[in-house]
Amino acid sequence: MTTIKELDTYAQNTWCPGCGNFGILTSIKKALADLEKDGLDLNKVAIVSGIGCHAKIADYINVNSFYSIHGRVPPPMTGIKLANPDLTVIGHAGDGDAYGEGIEHLIFSAKRNIDMTFIVHNNRVYGLTTGQFTPTSPPDFKGRSTPKGSPEGPLNPIELMLSAGATFVARGYTKNMKHLQSLIKTAVNHKGFSFIDVLQPCFTFFNTYDFYNERVYEFSSKDHDVSDRKAAFVKAGEWAYGEGEKIPIGIFYQVKKPTYEEKLLAGRIPVQLTPGDIRPVLEKQI
Amino acid sequence: MKEISILVGGKAGDGIRQAGHVIARFLNRIGYRIFFYDDYPSLIRGGHNFSIIRASEKRIIAHKETVDVIVALNQDAVNNHKHRLNPGGIILYDSNKADAEGLGIDFMDIVKKFDGKPIMRNTAAIGALAGVLNIEWSVLEMVIKDAVGHEIDLNLKIARNAYDWIESPSKSVSKLDQKPLPLVSGNEAIALGAVKAGLNMYIAYPMTPASAILHYLAAQENELGVVTVHPESEIGVALMALGAAYAGARAMVGTSGGGFALMTEALSLAGQGELPMVIVEAQRPGPSTGVPTYTMQGDLAFVVHAGHGDILRVVLAPGDAEEAFYTTGLAMNLAWKFQIPAFVLSDKHLSESIFSFDADLDKVEPEKPLLWNNQGEYKRYLDTQNGISPLAFPGNPSAIIKATSYEHDENGITTEEPEAISRMQRKRLRKRKTLEEELEKYETVNVYGNPDSKTVLLCWGSTKGACIEVAEALDLKVVQPLILEPLPVNALKKALSGADKIIDVEVNATGQLAKLISSHGICIDDMILRFDARPFTVDALLDNVKEVLS
Repeated sequence: MTTIKELDTYAQNTWCPGCGNFGILTSIKKALADLEKDGLDLNKVAIVSGIGCHAKIADYINVNSFYSIHGRVPPPMTGIKLANPDLTVIGHAGDGDAYGEGIEHLIFSAKRNIDMTFIVHNNRVYGLTTGQFTPTSPPDFKGRSTPKGSPEGPLNPIELMLSAGATFVARGYTKNMKHLQSLIKTAVNHKGFSFIDVLQPCFTFFNTYDFYNERVYEFSSKDHDVSDRKAAFVKAGEWAYGEGEKIPIGIFYQVKKPTYEEKLLAGRIPVQLTPGDIRPVLEKQI
Repeated sequence: MKEISILVGGKAGDGIRQAGHVIARFLNRIGYRIFFYDDYPSLIRGGHNFSIIRASEKRIIAHKETVDVIVALNQDAVNNHKHRLNPGGIILYDSNKADAEGLGIDFMDIVKKFDGKPIMRNTAAIGALAGVLNIEWSVLEMVIKDAVGHEIDLNLKIARNAYDWIESPSKSVSKLDQKPLPLVSGNEAIALGAVKAGLNMYIAYPMTPASAILHYLAAQENELGVVTVHPESEIGVALMALGAAYAGARAMVGTSGGGFALMTEALSLAGQGELPMVIVEAQRPGPSTGVPTYTMQGDLAFVVHAGHGDILRVVLAPGDAEEAFYTTGLAMNLAWKFQIPAFVLSDKHLSESIFSFDADLDKVEPEKPLLWNNQGEYKRYLDTQNGISPLAFPGNPSAIIKATSYEHDENGITTEEPEAISRMQRKRLRKRKTLEEELEKYETVNVYGNPDSKTVLLCWGSTKGACIEVAEALDLKVVQPLILEPLPVNALKKALSGADKIIDVEVNATGQLAKLISSHGICIDDMILRFDARPFTVDALLDNVKEVLS
């Protein structure tokens, strides 16, 4: 069995002290170790990250990883999963990656319901580029590119993913680590596209700890029917990524549907395919 | 030389290309070698489409401006093309839709007689043409059965009725004692070359003139053992291919210039991450949307230089269907041997034209890349003598594989240390040297025509067909580099040595090959550039070359 320590690498961690990313790193490592106990082969796990503070996670976890480019987390994930559906593919993206530069890929991944897990490190600010507004920054956010306040309102990624067809939609918070670990494990075990928006304070450029601590509350299937799409939208509407009284975290929606790779591959495994004979094909063209 | 050129024209929706196919196939079946050129505007209904089918007793890979028969399904086909008619040529036209000097038959009336659909006028035209060419009915019958997918009996009745209309064949073509060959488009040859070299996944977003690769592979996925994927965009396409390669699948993508523009960030990632991929770039006229369904060789500079950073890549430029087959196979093998992006640079004229295909299929085989031996600790970017690091794939029980867009150490962990950075840069530079040495094993520069001629037509890609015939007519030499990056400088200099006059022939506005080779100290003396979005024809180029030489 792999210990949490063995999931570390020698890479020096360069996140700011107090960064919410630590909560996600600990949670994913713990979740992977737990999943291994339940039978997951960690050599068959591939992590994909984008570019930004979040993405350093690829260097910090000792499993297969594909450190991609900004906004392009879902496409390599999709390529990996389609090439070898036997692999468990987990994506880490920032909110700039997922909801800005690469939003088309995210929407299509949900629409296709491809079996992979997508974790957004949503700090609602560009960290590595030192503090500009993102697609989920609150209204009038004063960042370095919008010193007078952002002229755009935030989008609600939970609603977006519900609309796009994701079959597992959840929100977590980095301070509630046990809850987050449980969300990640459920997401990885879910067959289909699993989406988790993780509220992750940026200690340096957008410190939201107090804001979240006062508002975040956990909900569960006891008080919410996860198969009810309408109820999921109502729940998602409780907080619109601006001000607000209450911020629900938990699983908004989970249903089972056929997956993209099942439909597209119909049992074929590309990495094991051998090329067909081209001669009969050419014969037909005489 | 026994040869005949036939132009069939009408509006989009008249089934012109389909008619051209049937004509090409019956001429193929009686032993002729075929070159089939298709000309169509970017629309679905209306406009003017035409195809030229050139059939010859010898191998040909170009068409001519002039034709011997025009088959006109409307008046435009007569008006636009009658000037092309050779002396003694004939116009066969639908007297219901057009008026001309020639042989008019009411194709619509024949179709109506059998309650056929209006599009079946093309079948009537084919039947009448077969009569004019004195093709045995049994040959046409077999071709219609093989080529027409539905309502075969109805089509046969219409064709036969039109065939019987012709009392005396005025353009009789004789049967040749040659085996028919498969008729293969450049795009199909690219697809087949990739499959032969072990293609597992073809990933593409539709874009003319590359779309037919996707259609061809998708229609025959099971026979060819390939998974085809049509993602959300070219950005998605290229990055999916890199993900697939990371997982161990041989992937290829296909597009044109505009789509490739969106792939350049993935190209750069392939360079940094040392991820193999094959990119088919089938050029069309730009800039931007340009002229979407016509041809140009305008992306050479783009493909050779695309992507930020120093990227090791190979660019292959086939000029006919056989070369498209071989070079795509080679591109796949080089991509995996060297863990690099490999380009097949085609254009509309190569991709969508159809050729009599006579390749040695066994010349393309999947070559094994350098795989990890499962000993010790795996390092994705192991610093080796020849610059090539052994590959392992996720799922390997004893390896952790870290691919990355960042500069990295041997394990694939990010580094910003100057020594580690230059070490990896040097590793990739050594890999370039290894690649250049490997390429010396291949025929990288083709020579045609009279090898002793002091006048050289220098060309690349699909322009080769017209150049070869012009060179044969004027006793000149043709030099065609098949690999454009890394440029085989020595082989090219050798092929050009002794030349008094080098005439660069390209289908673009600035002479991109001439510019590229000038940076290696090779200078040309004259340029013949065509940039009206049409390919060179043999007779038009002949006039151009004569003018330059006079």
